[in-house]
Amino acid sequence: MSVIERTASPEAMLEKDTLAYLGPAEAKKSEGEFVPKIVAFCCNWCSYAGADSAGNARASYPTNIKIIRVPCSGRVNPLFILRAFEKGADGVIICGCHPGDCHYTTGNYYTRRRMALLISMLDYIGVDKGRVEVDWVSASEGARFAEIMNKFADKIRTLGRNVRLEDIRCRN
Amino acid sequence: MQRIGVFVCHCGTNIAATVDVSKVAEAAKHEPGVVYAVDYTFMCSEAGQNLIAQAIKDYGLTAIVVCSCSPRMHEATFRKVAEENGVNPYMVEIANIREQCSWVHKNMDEGTPKAITLMKTAVAKVNLDAPLQEGEAPVTKRALVIGGGIAGIQTALDIADCGYKVDIVEKEQTIGGRMAQLDKTFPTLDCSSCILTPRMTEVAQHPNIRLFTYSEVQEVSGFVGNFDVKILKKSRSVREKDCTGCGVCMTKCPSKKIPNEFNRGLNFRTAINIPFAQAIPNVPVIDKEHCIHFKTGKCGICAKVCPSHAVDYEIQDEVIEEKYGAIVVATGFDQIDLHKFGELGYGVSKDVISSLEYERIMSATGPTGGHIVRPSDGKEPKDIVFIQCVGSRCEPDDRRGKTYCSKICCMYTAKQSIMTCDHIPGAKCHVFYIDVRTPGKMFDEFYRRAVEQYGVDYIKGNVGKVTPLPNGKLRVHGVDLLDQKEVELDTDMVVLAGAIEPNPSIRPLATKLTLSIDNNNFLNEAHAKLHPVEAATAGVFMAGTVQGPKDIPETVAQAGAAAVKAVALLAKDKLKTNPCVAQPDELYCNGCSVCANVCPYGAITYIEKEVRDHGVRETRRLAQVNPSLCKGCGACTVACPSGAMNLKGFTNRQIMAEVDSVCQ
Amino acid sequence: MQELIDRAKELLKDGTVVRVLGWKKGDLPYNPEPHIFTSAEELDKDFIYNGFCGANLSKYMIAATRLEGKTLVFLKPCDTFSFNQLIKEHQVKRENAYIIGVGCKGKLDHRKFERLGLGDIAEISGIELTDECDRIHVKTVYGEEKDLDYRDVMLERCFFCKTKEHQIFDEKMLDSKDTVAEGADRFEEVKKIEAMAPAERYAFFRSELSKCIRCNACRNVCPACNCRHCVFDNTKYDTPQKANASSFEENMFHVIRAFHVAGRCTDCGECSRVCPQNIPLHLFNRKFILDADDLYGEFQAGSDTTTPGPLTAFTFGDAEPAAGLERSRG
Repeated sequence: MSVIERTASPEAMLEKDTLAYLGPAEAKKSEGEFVPKIVAFCCNWCSYAGADSAGNARASYPTNIKIIRVPCSGRVNPLFILRAFEKGADGVIICGCHPGDCHYTTGNYYTRRRMALLISMLDYIGVDKGRVEVDWVSASEGARFAEIMNKFADKIRTLGRNVRLEDIRCRN
Repeated sequence: MQRIGVFVCHCGTNIAATVDVSKVAEAAKHEPGVVYAVDYTFMCSEAGQNLIAQAIKDYGLTAIVVCSCSPRMHEATFRKVAEENGVNPYMVEIANIREQCSWVHKNMDEGTPKAITLMKTAVAKVNLDAPLQEGEAPVTKRALVIGGGIAGIQTALDIADCGYKVDIVEKEQTIGGRMAQLDKTFPTLDCSSCILTPRMTEVAQHPNIRLFTYSEVQEVSGFVGNFDVKILKKSRSVREKDCTGCGVCMTKCPSKKIPNEFNRGLNFRTAINIPFAQAIPNVPVIDKEHCIHFKTGKCGICAKVCPSHAVDYEIQDEVIEEKYGAIVVATGFDQIDLHKFGELGYGVSKDVISSLEYERIMSATGPTGGHIVRPSDGKEPKDIVFIQCVGSRCEPDDRRGKTYCSKICCMYTAKQSIMTCDHIPGAKCHVFYIDVRTPGKMFDEFYRRAVEQYGVDYIKGNVGKVTPLPNGKLRVHGVDLLDQKEVELDTDMVVLAGAIEPNPSIRPLATKLTLSIDNNNFLNEAHAKLHPVEAATAGVFMAGTVQGPKDIPETVAQAGAAAVKAVALLAKDKLKTNPCVAQPDELYCNGCSVCANVCPYGAITYIEKEVRDHGVRETRRLAQVNPSLCKGCGACTVACPSGAMNLKGFTNRQIMAEVDSVCQ
Repeated sequence: MQELIDRAKELLKDGTVVRVLGWKKGDLPYNPEPHIFTSAEELDKDFIYNGFCGANLSKYMIAATRLEGKTLVFLKPCDTFSFNQLIKEHQVKRENAYIIGVGCKGKLDHRKFERLGLGDIAEISGIELTDECDRIHVKTVYGEEKDLDYRDVMLERCFFCKTKEHQIFDEKMLDSKDTVAEGADRFEEVKKIEAMAPAERYAFFRSELSKCIRCNACRNVCPACNCRHCVFDNTKYDTPQKANASSFEENMFHVIRAFHVAGRCTDCGECSRVCPQNIPLHLFNRKFILDADDLYGEFQAGSDTTTPGPLTAFTFGDAEPAAGLERSRG
């Protein structure tokens, strides 16, 4: 299996990509306190309503989580997730109705399969595990929504900045 | 380029306390396309709405962003304002800066920047919004009710009384359903048949109602307002228009040893049969499986004796095709098979019977003419044990039963014990129960009457075993949890309050109607609280126990609700359809069918269509979305690899723009 | 080979087919190309079928079956999976195809000749399917001559051959010879990568994908890439575009492409065969196949024309998305 033996150090690969675009001085500048950018895709019927419930219950979660409303978790194209990473997101979480409760009957079943394969693939190409997560939140689970968001934000903070997937041209 | 107005709501202090609203409005002014931005105390108030209306006029706005509470709250309000003032209602986007910002963040340092990002994201999306038009579809002014029990009867009558045509499809040969099998009804103890049969007659005589008994729904296509249904009308071998229901055929039929389903197999019926005297229609059916003529070609007695020459062995099954605007599913329930509970003696001793069998025994139209006797020897029982929750409230891993409460058993057991004492003076009734649940008008009073007035012996506890004794009695081994002791009772008869489950016919029917059913085969409502009689499939409603365990008044109430929903649909001349539906791009579609494979509504079909692509004319297989069927979930848009399928209102570019904005 | 030409001429002559899709002699002995023949003379002159005819002709049938009249096509056993899959996706018209299932004894990898210093082949023998001997005789343009074992220069994919049985055909010609290596596991490479540390995996894929020149050969040859317009060329979709401008796009192009063919990819291996930069693209497809097989049960795209793929089906008890992570060994 000759094909998989040629490996350079990952740092070298990253540095090469970054340097090529930003130059050494700029590349070093991005240090400082790390506040991750997190995109949450929430289905309109359960999870977005769950986020509203979190609001009603004043259950707080970090400001760096921004919610994008989609009709169904099945509307979330892997391309959207990759787009988020390209633009510098550090984590993406997709929330849908609990399996069996989908407003559209079957949408989240497809989400479950698509995302299982996508997450596994991102891990396979060496992007840190767990930058993409899927969870099911019902409209009534406001407290749980906040809890999931807090946990996810903590995890992403530990994982650190997404440098392996972002498009450095989009850095700002 | 859009001319966008941004309206930032304070929501009193709900938003303004943790978000610097004026800063948000100020920041909005620098966003592309924004020509006007303002903040105001209550955007949803009349004054707030007027402010939007005025700004539309003054600034010629083409799109609106409202930074306020959740779109689930006031999106409709602001869309209406837009529409009334000449802006397409789908050119409105809401930035949720209350539930998802001011309420979950501590102070302005946190809230303001996030609110600004949310505002920018909404602006990014609205910049790509396109005016959408609600579609229109005609409505066929006729309803179909599937199931002719009390739920179906009530639904049909209510719809018919509103002036709309209704067809009832009932798989049995008569309407009436389970209620026709019951003796008295709790807590009033009025006779079930006496209150049901007038309604059945009303159905038969109603000019707006057509009845298809001994029929089944074979195929359903189409969509809300426009269902095409094929109904299989099975042959009764008796001409309905000629039969007078005199019953001579039944008395002469030589094939007499067929277990009588209506009496739950407690006695026998003939091959040509009317299940009960008040049946509607009062026309027999020849059971081809047992009829000697159909089995051997001989006999033919019924045809010979029929005074009106109504028997015709040559009648064939018929398929009726009809269009409907609305469909109500009311297929009802059945009792679970109690043979699985062999330890309780069911199927072992004839004197261990189900509660529904007991109803037949108590009923004046039943196999014993309403005399309560033991099935084994025909003697009057002096001591009866009722066991509740047989197969209800089981542990999830107990495959024999159901996890849910069957709801009606507590009350009918009380009724049955009261009726037993009334029928047999001096009889003793014992009831083994887990809990007695009596939430209902006059329910608890009724139960207390059983205990206090009739001396029914309620024992909190389970029964482990019922063993037949050589002397013909049954020994009941149970526990009394209150006294913490084992109980042994020798009794004459045991009645099991078996769990109820949806009639098994719902499974294939749910597939035909693309309805979702839960793990117990009960139909799922579109929303458990707010749409309790609507199925997720538009234009399909549900009534009665097909949705969950219910007693008669609840069933009737739900039937009325389903009827109103159906009528509300039929009353419309045109249906407005949700414009946020999937839309394929003809030039990108390659007709691969992957989108149709994931569509839960069957909304996608394929056509051969001539297209012009870069000057080339060719006929291509293309996906086509029926906007009346599509509910806009977007599953197809992701399945489509080329991005040919898009979702209006949530387009790929819009979501990408939101992602970009959020990540800035 | 001659029997294939004869049969094709016969079918042309009796009007069964109006054209023949096969392989045409290339300008060099090792680069035959897919070609549509319309006359007996042309077939006699240029038709070829030997060890270098690795091209999967199913993809070309998308265009061919849209033409009027039947097209005769020669399909190797592995190509027939693609054909079935294309029927499933309504991309080929079965009634416009006459399929001759042709035998196969593994196809050759010119790169392996190159590595042996024998890339510039002038003459070669022993590569016909009907050649009894498993030895190849090569003569280079420099006059160097060498005998080789057939398997020493065989395409990697043939060691993991799915089957030598055709999945769909009208008639079969020439017998196949088994090529599967003992104990071969087509997921071996994937599992090896899964076992690496994440940083190593990242470095490996970056080093591979940074070679991509976006020539789109993989996309053009892939039978599953049958979109009329690729999403990467879709101006109504703000996807990363074709330009090979950044590491992100290098990474994402192939991940997205693999995702889009997931559940439809028959693992024919053409993407890796045609990549001029020698990127092992099949490693993406096989990863998806391995995951889907593990999580949702084994599935081979194209083994029939009806079974839905893993991404257009589901069961109520499917594994949660995190399970995809748990099963990877890294």
